[in-house]
Amino acid sequence: MSEQIYDLIVVGAGPGGYVAAIRAAQLGFSVVVVEKRSALGGVCLNEGCIPSKALLESSEHFARLDHELAEHGIEVAGARLDLEKMMARKTGIIDKLTGGIAGLFKKNKIVSITGQAELLAGNGTTKKVRVTTGTESQELSGKALLLATGSEAIELPHLPFDEKTVISAREALSLTEVPKRLLVVGGGVIGLELGSVWSRLGAEVTVVEMLPQIIPQADPQVAQTLQRSLKKQGLNILLKTRLDKIETTKDGIVASLTTDKGEQQVSCDKVLVATGRRAQTVGLGLETVGLQTNKQGQLEVDENYQTAVPGIYAIGDLIPGPMLAHKASEEGVVFAERLAGQKSAVNYQIIPGVTYTWPEVATVGKNEAELKEENIPYKAGKFFFAASGRALCTGMSDGFVKVLADPDSGRIHGIHIVGPQASELIAEATTVMSFSGSIHDLAVTCHAHPTLAEALKEAALAVNKEAIHA
Amino acid sequence: MDIIVPQVGESIVEAEIGEWFKKDGEYVATDDLLMELETEKVNVELNAEASGTLTILVAQGETVKIGAVIGKIDESAAASAAVSDSVKSEPAEVATEPAPMNPAVPKLAAERGIDPSTLKGSGPDGRILVDDILTAGEEEKTPAAVEPESPPAPQPIIEAEKGERITRVPMTQLRKKIAEHLLRAKQDTAMLTTFNEIDMSRVIALRRKYKESFQEKYGVSLGFMSFFVKACAEALQAYPEVNGSIEGHDIIYHNYYDIGVAVGSKRGLVVPVIRNADGLHFDQVEKTIRDFAQRAGTGKLTLDELQNGTFTISNGGIYGSVLSTPILNPPQSAILGMHAIQDRAVVVEGEIVVRPMMNIALSYDHRIIDGEQAVSFLKQVKGYIDNPETLLLKV
Repeated sequence: MSEQIYDLIVVGAGPGGYVAAIRAAQLGFSVVVVEKRSALGGVCLNEGCIPSKALLESSEHFARLDHELAEHGIEVAGARLDLEKMMARKTGIIDKLTGGIAGLFKKNKIVSITGQAELLAGNGTTKKVRVTTGTESQELSGKALLLATGSEAIELPHLPFDEKTVISAREALSLTEVPKRLLVVGGGVIGLELGSVWSRLGAEVTVVEMLPQIIPQADPQVAQTLQRSLKKQGLNILLKTRLDKIETTKDGIVASLTTDKGEQQVSCDKVLVATGRRAQTVGLGLETVGLQTNKQGQLEVDENYQTAVPGIYAIGDLIPGPMLAHKASEEGVVFAERLAGQKSAVNYQIIPGVTYTWPEVATVGKNEAELKEENIPYKAGKFFFAASGRALCTGMSDGFVKVLADPDSGRIHGIHIVGPQASELIAEATTVMSFSGSIHDLAVTCHAHPTLAEALKEAALAVNKEAIHA
Repeated sequence: MDIIVPQVGESIVEAEIGEWFKKDGEYVATDDLLMELETEKVNVELNAEASGTLTILVAQGETVKIGAVIGKIDESAAASAAVSDSVKSEPAEVATEPAPMNPAVPKLAAERGIDPSTLKGSGPDGRILVDDILTAGEEEKTPAAVEPESPPAPQPIIEAEKGERITRVPMTQLRKKIAEHLLRAKQDTAMLTTFNEIDMSRVIALRRKYKESFQEKYGVSLGFMSFFVKACAEALQAYPEVNGSIEGHDIIYHNYYDIGVAVGSKRGLVVPVIRNADGLHFDQVEKTIRDFAQRAGTGKLTLDELQNGTFTISNGGIYGSVLSTPILNPPQSAILGMHAIQDRAVVVEGEIVVRPMMNIALSYDHRIIDGEQAVSFLKQVKGYIDNPETLLLKV
């Protein structure tokens, strides 16, 4: 076994780890990446962002055949779902993207090892990791060690996953048949996206959320608008509701719920638990190097993403902050650049968040509740897609853009979008905010007509009641 | 009532607001020192002409015209205002948001050790662009045209670590005028310098012998400066061109001997003028110089005292200079440079002896003063100091 000492060992090849590895290699570091999955890309590519978007797109096409095309004057008879093909398409996309990362690793001369990593006691400043692949194991040495092992779905004590009836998002992305009745526990991003997928494909979907609002971190008006749309699409959403227990009966699974109006029972075939995710540190052997997680199970880091142990770093879902792929990627880049002595920093104030339901929800910066809490004065401007020519032409005119800005300077504090293509529109919002932009900057920027992006400009104008089309 | 920039001198049309000694909103009493005005020649103090609440309209560092209103005193504010003084005197902290900057600016600035808040952004509304960081970096790399004489203090390095490698401060009115005058002196004259050396042993002996009795009688110590002033006043009479000046196509001969003595102060070099130096006694010269030096330190010299000298004496020796070429003070045509006294081996009557020696330099405008006159003038000054009794006999 060669005694090579790498400049950097990365554990985990998700959107945090693989990006950090590439950036570090670009900056001249010798890098080895350890990934437990056979495919690179982590949860995001394999069982998260990418497969869910593939299925959301496919299921939306199917749903439109039934609900929308008639409106366009198109009659389609006998549309039939081939779920196997739909899933194969999804798998094809995953294979393409994970293979793409392998190609990038090769191009950047990054060594990639498949196996479970376990931290060993270091030797001086050298970090050591044991990688176990099947029955084989090898030791790696490196000057720096980056932990990017991501997160996993939280398992509820009274609803243990069985991968058949009580499932997590991973299984919900690979069902072989459409469940007749699906109960989704958790009205957050993942629950609503996957609830939407199976609802569009024909399942009777009930979403149970303990809090008084779906997507609890979202702007309340945005959440209400989305909830109305989802209800129209057939999703049954129960807020302020707790799932107490499930029982398997002849008639399938019966879930006992406690709502603010009393107790209720819902029958279903499958229960998708999507109540949140937690940092994944099991089996890493943190204790060997003297690392401890905080109460949330995360690792605390400094501005260089270094943990309490010098030379050991952590990014992404392992550390505090929103559990988002792009946040992890940003941290990966900044981690590598700071390791190389650059002065990079992540601007945590403007990390966009997107929910790929219909309508989509996209948000960046502070929401009204946060501004009120922090005593920051603001004015809101809103523009409804119902007044957007482009939105009407596409037939998707639910929702609005809301711009929150300083009453004097017009500096933008936050932009919240619920509506068509919100996930794409948020890029302009994030860009203008990253330039510390104001509503005046958006107002003087020419927007092509007719586009959905015009709504952003109109919402900025609406802050001072100067929107043209409202 | 309005606080107005007063007429401070004939040629002064504008002044720079110096320090305000009272705060905006503070209660001031009649004759309280309000603030200081800096002009190109002197600093002028303004006192309150009434009692009341002060409103400052023009902040420190701004340039104002003579006659401009720079503040107000609200006389209706009764003395009770003085009670609430402590409350009022704290001006409301205006929370200024940092200048907006483009997203890549913080990183680039930090890597180059630049504090973005010290930059003036070139983008819309003063926004700091990536270009501004790159330009700021270049400016720093270009060495200054004039290297400072003293080795750089360690402070800039410490500041560099804190992210401030340069500090940009606008030149004060005084410094701007000094710069203009010095540049003009070099550009508008045919200046060159001749040198000689003086054996100071006789003057030193004389001074030692009469130091106490002089001090006792006149209340001022006997310095070297009075010997040089008197020596020059005599020599100038012998070489009137050295005391003259050029005006257009004419030569002006001054039939009086007003000798400026350069006095260093923290506000820069000022040159107050000893009037009719030829008629003054040693003690009068010494007292005048002492008075000038004291008031130069506090910027309280009057404009009249700084104007219309016919010749200047500059003493670089007080800073330790052994040899230098003084720069003319136009429209004057000559300036004498004194230097440090050093024990040197010199040959006197065929013997090598140790003598306290001083180099002297005369910079002169060759347009009006010929080389012979300049050299002879300097030789005469040397003679008066070498043998001070000749100053008495005027030989």
